[in-house]
Amino acid sequence: MSERLYLYPVWVRLWHWTNAILCLLLIVSGVSLQYSNPEYPIIRFDIAVSMHNIAGILLTLSYFVFVIGNLTTSNGRYYKTQLNGLFESLKKQFIYYTIGIFTHAEKPYPVTKDRKFNPLQKVSYLAAMYFFLPLIFITGWGLLFPETNLTNVFGISGLHLTALLHGIIGFFISVFMFVHIYFCTIGTTTLSNFKSMFNGWH
Amino acid sequence: MRSGCFFHFHPFLFFKDYYHKLNKCLININYIKCRRFKNLIQYMKTDLKNILIIVTGLLFLSLPTLAQDDTEIPANVIQNQKCFKCHGDKFYSFFNESQGKQVKERMNPYFVFDSATFYSSNHKSFICTDCHSSDYSNFPHDGNLRMEAKFLCMDCHGGDDTYAKFNFEGVDNEFHQSVHSSRHDESFTCWMCHNPHTYKISARNTENLTLTIAYDNAICLNCHADIDNYQMLTEKENPNVLETHDWLPNQKAHFANVRCIECHAQTNDSLLVAHLILPKDKAVKKCVQCHQSNSILMASLYKFQSLERRNKAGFFNASLMNDSYVIGANRNIYLNIISLVIFGFIIMGIAVHSVIRILKK
Ligand code: HEC
Ligand code: HEC
Ligand code: HEC
Ligand code: HEC
Ligand code: HEC
Ligand code: HEC
Ligand code: HEC
Ligand code: HEM
Repeated sequence: MSERLYLYPVWVRLWHWTNAILCLLLIVSGVSLQYSNPEYPIIRFDIAVSMHNIAGILLTLSYFVFVIGNLTTSNGRYYKTQLNGLFESLKKQFIYYTIGIFTHAEKPYPVTKDRKFNPLQKVSYLAAMYFFLPLIFITGWGLLFPETNLTNVFGISGLHLTALLHGIIGFFISVFMFVHIYFCTIGTTTLSNFKSMFNGWH
Repeated sequence: MRSGCFFHFHPFLFFKDYYHKLNKCLININYIKCRRFKNLIQYMKTDLKNILIIVTGLLFLSLPTLAQDDTEIPANVIQNQKCFKCHGDKFYSFFNESQGKQVKERMNPYFVFDSATFYSSNHKSFICTDCHSSDYSNFPHDGNLRMEAKFLCMDCHGGDDTYAKFNFEGVDNEFHQSVHSSRHDESFTCWMCHNPHTYKISARNTENLTLTIAYDNAICLNCHADIDNYQMLTEKENPNVLETHDWLPNQKAHFANVRCIECHAQTNDSLLVAHLILPKDKAVKKCVQCHQSNSILMASLYKFQSLERRNKAGFFNASLMNDSYVIGANRNIYLNIISLVIFGFIIMGIAVHSVIRILKK
């Protein structure tokens, strides 16, 4: 990495860290609510409720910052994906992560000015940002205003399904977060990607 | 209507009615002098005559004709019509003999009952004068009738095995320890919550839990949200329940999905509906008492359903059949296991990957 690339503009960094902190708060309070247990309270129930509600509302706002930012600035181009050959490229990247990385092989998709993400990153970010995040906050708002839920879906309460979906997606986002943070340690050095997300330079 | 003029009792309600009357009279013989015992004998005589007529009638009529009879209006409806004529509407009219003309007047709104609700209530098969003096058939009602002692639930239901499943003795016992009974005199009776003209069991055979919750809460709110009914009993100011419960987030959702008694009454395994209302400082205030897997709601609100449906529910929690979702209480054991397994694999994968990375550095 001789040349330094400025890949993370200020707004991306601000959004990203707001998003990361909110997601962490939501996961911790969400787990505390779902597994609420008076003997081992992670966070006291009523505090967890307020925490989860406030962080959820802020996350929705920050999500729109992300979408609008990517629509109006050039950062959006990094997310453009071609379906043609996608599977092949994913396979290549996957093989790199499971074998190549240990044999110090060449990166199949090195970071350039026009390619911030490798195919796996791209797909997982797309899934997280344009599938799981919208679903989690739509179901979340549904739970905040239960009267907006379908009352009955094939004999099962709509509220129940919403809650079930919300919990399952929350779980997937937590999984994403773990994997995401781990993969961020696969940089030039363990911490270099984190530094990038602070100073903007890759 | 036809048979109303002919029989005192509808033939099919005939024995049931005797049973009520006899039962009441026997139980209350020491309680109030059974003023209607004389009437009862009278009725028995007339009806014995009617039985004879029916039996002879049977010889001539074919069975199908009798079956049609089944759809006829029950005798108590016909009898009660005499009372509902005045007590079923805002206005009533009567012939004023001293003025010699028909007069129309306003009815005391507290004395007006909806006949449809009465006929769907627990005591739908009753005639008004089963509980009230038969002298009420006369108008103007005798002033002394105001002094009549009213039956209490236990007068009829106490020690009766037919109603063993309701455990009336247990309820009565709890009621007497509750704030309502202990802070007030005898005038606070079961009737205060169980309106004699409308009460219908709901929780026991609920089809729709939301409606049951609304029904049960309306019982409490009848006083706790109605200053007139409240101050009939006490000089105290009526605290506004909406304000005294503003610590509950989304209070509207809570009041629609949980009953007052969940928080205010001590649960009791031998009763379906707890009746021991505790003083306010003993009320449930900790969120986790409901919002956890071991929720108190399983022993109260969802008791009947969780008993009934635990086996049938299978994949979902028993209470998934209800329309509400209680954070922390509704957990799905299968999903929990699956998520733990997935998480375990992820952590393992990350661990293995990082170890190899370090080794191959
Ligand atoms: C012609 C109209 C009329 C008819 C018929 C009538 N009532 Fe009433 N009833 C009244 C009025 C008016 C009052 C309130 C004034 C009073 O107590 O006289 C009343 C009061 C009552 C009360 C309350 C008394 C009190 O002050 O606590 C009872 C109980 C009652 N009626 C029962 C009956 C029953 C049972 C029947 C049928 C057998 C019946 N009434 C038929 C007009 C009627
Ligand atoms: C299961 C017994 C029962 C039956 C059946 C019954 N009542 Fe009552 N009724 C009572 C009791 C008990 C009270 C006193 C309520 C109280 O103390 O709050 C009462 C009170 C009343 C009152 C006075 C209202 C009041 O708030 O004080 C009227 C009027 C009345 N009944 C009319 C009727 C009429 C008309 C019918 C028939 C449609 C009828 N009742 C059937 C038990 C009964
Ligand atoms: C005058 C006697 C009498 C009084 C007073 C009385 N009941 Fe009843 N109750 C009966 C009879 C008789 C039946 C059965 C009615 C029937 O089967 O149609 C009954 C039925 C019931 C049922 C319904 C049982 C079922 O399986 O549907 C309940 C619950 C009940 N009563 C509760 C009460 C309560 C609570 C009180 C007091 C607030 C009370 N009753 C006062 C005689 C009485
Ligand atoms: C403070 C109000 C209150 C008082 C007072 C009260 N009850 Fe209840 N009771 C309720 C409520 C609420 C229910 C639930 C009704 C439902 O959903 O079926 C109930 C239900 C019942 C049931 C049906 C329970 C079942 O197993 O299905 C019986 C029987 C009963 N009460 C008897 C009594 C008797 C007897 C008294 C007086 C000793 C009494 N109640 C006093 C509020 C009260
Ligand atoms: C007939 C009117 C009436 C009904 C119905 C009624 N209440 Fe009450 N309740 C009162 C009155 C009056 C008081 C005040 C008692 C006092 O302190 O003198 C009271 C007191 C209370 C208190 C105690 C408050 C304290 O100061 O500790 C609680 C809790 C309560 N009610 C709950 C309920 C619930 C739950 C129900 C329904 C199941 C109910 N009430 C139904 C009249 C009623
Ligand atoms: C989630 C539990 C919960 C539910 C549901 C609930 N309450 Fe309460 N209620 C409480 C607690 C806790 C207090 C004591 C509040 C305090 O001391 O700040 C209380 C206080 C009260 C008081 C005393 C108010 C005063 O300041 O004197 C009354 C009366 C009362 N509740 C009636 C009701 C009625 C009626 C309902 C149903 C519509 C109901 N409650 C539902 C928990 C509950
Ligand atoms: C008596 C039991 C009970 C207690 C105590 C209780 N809750 Fe609830 N809560 C429920 C039930 C039942 C629901 C389900 C409501 C529904 O289906 O919408 C609920 C729903 C909720 C919801 C979701 C409402 C929505 O918008 O969908 C929140 C948030 C909540 N409770 C927070 C709390 C907090 C915070 C406390 C303590 C201050 C608390 N609850 C105490 C029974 C309780
Ligand atoms: C504390 C938790 C988190 C940490 C430490 C972290 C770290 C990082 C780092 C170092 C990068 C830059 C590397 C790269 O471009 O791949 C990054 C990028 C990114 N992260 Fe995170 N992240 C966290 C949480 C999240 C969460 C919860 C989400 C979404 C739900 C998320 C979504 C993204 C996205 C979309 C990018 C690419 C941004 C862009 O450049 O356009 N991150 N993260």
